[in-house]
Amino acid sequence: MKFKALTATAALLAATTVYAGGADDDTLVINGEIEMTTKVAAPPHMADTGISELISGWHFRSDETQQLQTDDFENQGMIFVDQALEAWETAEGTEGKSCASCHESPDSMAGVAATYPKWNEEAGELRTVQMQMNDCRTNRMGAEAWKYDAAAAINMESMIASQSRGMPVNVAIDGPAAEAWEMGKELYYTRTGQLELSCASCHEENYGNYIRADHLSQGQINGFPTYRLKNAKLNGVHSRFRGCVRDTRAETYSTGSPEFVALELYVKSRGNGLSVEGPSVRN
Amino acid sequence: MASGVKPRVKVPKSASAGEAITIKTLISHKMESGQRKDGDGNTIPRSIINRFTADFNGQNVIDVTLEPAISTNPYFEFEATVPEAGEFKFTWYDDDGSVYEDSKSIAIA
Repeated sequence: MKFKALTATAALLAATTVYAGGADDDTLVINGEIEMTTKVAAPPHMADTGISELISGWHFRSDETQQLQTDDFENQGMIFVDQALEAWETAEGTEGKSCASCHESPDSMAGVAATYPKWNEEAGELRTVQMQMNDCRTNRMGAEAWKYDAAAAINMESMIASQSRGMPVNVAIDGPAAEAWEMGKELYYTRTGQLELSCASCHEENYGNYIRADHLSQGQINGFPTYRLKNAKLNGVHSRFRGCVRDTRAETYSTGSPEFVALELYVKSRGNGLSVEGPSVRN
Repeated sequence: MASGVKPRVKVPKSASAGEAITIKTLISHKMESGQRKDGDGNTIPRSIINRFTADFNGQNVIDVTLEPAISTNPYFEFEATVPEAGEFKFTWYDDDGSVYEDSKSIAIA
């Protein structure tokens, strides 16, 4: 009996060593047709980070959570995509225009999520998808801007992301975007809060390890907006940043702030090469 | 009627006679439990889907009672035996009296 119990313990230990919060080797195919790149060689700018392979956060989740993302029917994030598809056709504001009035089919948004945040030459600023949406709303539709990461905005962002699923993330970090990228990098490595943690403390130095009962991923944002089981809704990148910074017990920047826009560009560039997964499912 | 309610159903297009098929249903609904309070401390009234049924050619397949503890966007997956070609009819009953319906026909291959 004792021998058996010991074997069971040994087996358990072996199992935990293999899985200890690390990434698995599953492959992600959505609806049996969109094949996702969830592991890829790191881009050149990450040479001094010690990370040679980018791993999507999907690999760090349990099989049950992973499965939810493989089928649009089970991915509850798609409920919000559907709501955004309706909003796409709905005219708002003084101009009586909807998104569809100019952009026509939602297909026209393919590739957008892969390349944003992006430098906008006319405005002379780095723009996230949500900033671009609000520019359309205020200047072309005569509608009110959406609050950053508000439900309507995040739904639309997820719908736009869903058009790019399977395409590799490829944000530009040179040229006019370089300044913001450097700022984002600075923020990434700056320790904040009473716990004195930077993004890198967890997501660069300790991915694959546990943080309390949860697995630390590389902190990739290729799957945003993300449907989280914990709050049963879509979560935006900036809200996620806020949550992380708050957890270091620091005062956070606000969603939509230039700091978070810069950080979004930097973090997204750390995923250059991974497939766009939004809306992904995480716990 | 609660806002943003949309039923979705996934049924195979065809099956062999007598085959047990898997049916998935999902309805977007906020499923307000009646236990929560708003910012001013007032109770938010309960608003949930309290019953779900599926019928095949008029015969009941499943009849579910839903309680307030069930989370948002209730999802059901179940199996049904298909003896003949016909139509599945799905019905969700809201607390406010609204009824949401969807149907899917299935052929015998």
